[in-house]
Amino acid sequence: MELLISLLVGFLFASAVYLMLSRNILRIIVGTGLISHAAHLLLMTMGGLKRGATPFLGQGATAYTDPLPHALILTSIVIGFGVTAFLLVLAYRAYNELGSADINDYRGLAEDE
Amino acid sequence: MLHLSVIAPFLFAILVPFLRRYLPQTHTGWFVLPIPLTIAIYLSSFLPQIWQDEKIIRTIEWIPSLGINFTLFVDGLSLLFALLITWIGTLVVLYSAYYLDKKEALGNFYVYLLMFMGAMLGVVLSDNLVVLYVFWELTSLSSFLLIGFWYYRERSVYGAQKSMLITMAGGFAMLAGIVLLYVIAGTFSIRELIEKADVIMASELYLPTLILILLGAFTKSAQFPFHVWLPDAMEAPTPVSAYLHSATMVKAGLYLVARLTPVLAGTPDWLIMVSGVGIITLVWGAFIAIRQTDLKAILAFSTVSQLGLIMTLLGIGTDLAVTAAVFHLFNHSAFKGCLFMVAGIVDHEAGTRDIRKLGGLAALMPISATLAFIGTFAMAGIPPFNGFLSKEMFFDATWKAGGLDYGFLSWLGPVLPALAVLGSIFTFIYSMMLFFKTFKGSTKLDQLPKKPHEAPKGMLISPIVLGAIAVLVGLFPSLVAGTIVAPAAEAVTLVPQEVKISYWHGFTPPLLMTLTVVGLGTLIYWKLAGWLKVYAALPETLSINRFYDGITNYLPVASGKITGWYMTGSLRDYLAYILAAMSLILGFTLLSQGGIAFDYTNLAPIAPYEYLLVAIIVLAVFTIFFAQSRLVAIIALGIVGFVVSLLFIIFRAPDLALTQMIVETVSVSLFLLAFYHLPELKKEEVKPRTKFINILVSGAIGIIFALVAFSAHNTKLFETIAGYYLENSYKLGGGKNVVNVILVDFRGLDTMFEITVLAIAALGIYGLIKLRLTKKGE
Repeated sequence: MELLISLLVGFLFASAVYLMLSRNILRIIVGTGLISHAAHLLLMTMGGLKRGATPFLGQGATAYTDPLPHALILTSIVIGFGVTAFLLVLAYRAYNELGSADINDYRGLAEDE
Repeated sequence: MLHLSVIAPFLFAILVPFLRRYLPQTHTGWFVLPIPLTIAIYLSSFLPQIWQDEKIIRTIEWIPSLGINFTLFVDGLSLLFALLITWIGTLVVLYSAYYLDKKEALGNFYVYLLMFMGAMLGVVLSDNLVVLYVFWELTSLSSFLLIGFWYYRERSVYGAQKSMLITMAGGFAMLAGIVLLYVIAGTFSIRELIEKADVIMASELYLPTLILILLGAFTKSAQFPFHVWLPDAMEAPTPVSAYLHSATMVKAGLYLVARLTPVLAGTPDWLIMVSGVGIITLVWGAFIAIRQTDLKAILAFSTVSQLGLIMTLLGIGTDLAVTAAVFHLFNHSAFKGCLFMVAGIVDHEAGTRDIRKLGGLAALMPISATLAFIGTFAMAGIPPFNGFLSKEMFFDATWKAGGLDYGFLSWLGPVLPALAVLGSIFTFIYSMMLFFKTFKGSTKLDQLPKKPHEAPKGMLISPIVLGAIAVLVGLFPSLVAGTIVAPAAEAVTLVPQEVKISYWHGFTPPLLMTLTVVGLGTLIYWKLAGWLKVYAALPETLSINRFYDGITNYLPVASGKITGWYMTGSLRDYLAYILAAMSLILGFTLLSQGGIAFDYTNLAPIAPYEYLLVAIIVLAVFTIFFAQSRLVAIIALGIVGFVVSLLFIIFRAPDLALTQMIVETVSVSLFLLAFYHLPELKKEEVKPRTKFINILVSGAIGIIFALVAFSAHNTKLFETIAGYYLENSYKLGGGKNVVNVILVDFRGLDTMFEITVLAIAALGIYGLIKLRLTKKGE
């Protein structure tokens, strides 16, 4: 399982980076969404997968999965959501103001320099 | 108290602008004058202690953990320099009070001058090399500011920049040398380094250390080929040229060489580098000086050449040579300071420094002419002035250097004295030029911008004092021989010195050398017009100045090109650089540290439907890539999110699955909302090269992270801390859902900041939607 998820993590990272290197703001935002999935799965895999019971005490289980990555990922999901939301609104405004979804068109005008 | 004398100039410098502002009627120089005078008198009070062979050490701890303390150390050598700095400083301030007009930016001038004085005292009194370095660079900085004093003149700015670049480059080299010394000996203290001299000499780092330190000394003391900055530094006001660029700052390099003689000297490397560079500088500087037509330019090249002379002596390093070096250093400060001040007077009164226009001024300015006579004849090495004595000792030292046991360097025996004589012939010629072309010959009053007359009395005081020293020391060398020269020489050679300076040694080689110099010098001066043709034959392209200009012109252009090539201003290019660098570094570290670990034994089993889930994610991602419609892309992204939450369930993380599910739902709707307003995805037109790079970078990142993920799982560097949370979650946190307890209790602060981040994002979003940019006037 770990090997499979590791490969998936690699694949997700590669795709996310490729999307983020694009010029279109939409693709970039989708890329950031993908990269957070990749990071979450990476954290998960590092801790080991499917070992022991869900970390709810009192089930009388002998082993539990590592709760620490869970806590980290939970925080990360929420922050990732905040970032995505912000980026989306930013893209929306940028398009409204500048009329383009190509980040090369967002470059400062000559008079700003 | 001793520290105060170094710091006082800096402290007083703070007051200067206020004095200038609120008391503009009085020339600021008068307020400044007491400072160097007080310090000079105070430092002179150390002389008796030095005669008793005492050393004065005062320490203030600065960074003791790094072995850096503000330790001040007074021995014969540092006291000689400190006295030169303060006494000549006093004379220069006095002179400047007459030289500089009240309309000039006097506030700036005296702030810089005081800053220099403090820094220079710091250089010569510091025992700690790091402290010395800091003060060293401060002198370069104040020199830069003073050369650029008339900053609206293009030549001033050029000269200031040149001096700064060259001396600071040397300073960096010196810093590296200091660090190497620390690496070898483990201390920054000069006194402790002297004790470990044998360790340093034996070290394989000796040669690099020596070269780096000497680079610092050579650039500062304007040795060939770094001398080019000094003539351009003459754009500074003349008091500055007299003070910094002849009497004190340019001698900092000599000081450093003398100071570190006990640590580094005595090897053939030392002799060939220090004396070799010194003697070349002596000959070349004097040779070029003859060609100059500007009084100050002649003096500048003459300073270069005289510094070379002292450097040669320090390189030879015998007792005689060191004594001669110290004695000549003292003499040079006196006669050259005097000459600079006279040149300033001529400039001030006649309005030009061009010797082609000057002439016959002796009748109009008798006192200045007398002073110039003393100065030039002392410089030429003619009795009864002080220069004769030290020049004689210099000849003696070079003559006897042939007898030194330096093995393969035995050919130096005849070469050194020969070059010494050659350099001195040139010195003789330009000294004569300086005096006779300015003060003798026919007056050409019609060519002068001003009608020259004698300078005001106050302006004459300082050069008269210096001229008097040149004469007195010349007549009664014992005045300084035992009191100043001997203790300073002792500090270099570390053995007691009996210094006896006398005129008559009999018909010895030095006397014959002097006679040769005077004879040949007079002959060439007689035929000067013919001699000057030699210079026309010199190829202009070989000029070091050209080399310097080439570097300063070409470097900014080249670096501009290089920077322009990779700093494209495009964010995605930078992202590509960062990620490429990251994958390279991570990959390299993984490989070199043996971080890649494959272990297939400890894997969790995979159920068939789990393959299916992974396959769905991969398919969804490909859909994103090839989607023509933004809706399809969003839905595919949503699918990835939901499948990831399913994976979380499989991984026994229900909290995560729940959160992921909710967040994914909200995000998808947000995406739909926002993308509704955005244009349709278009197929991007990307250059094949860019596309190739993008694929390369993302591929590398993917591979690296797959490796990291798998290797991390297989590498257990330390025990997991999960046990602590599992054990204490209920006991301390009172909750059975361990993940929740971690979030709200154990790591509660993290969660709070997470909420803060969300709040900031929310505020940002609100601002973006609500606020509209209003252009001015709309």
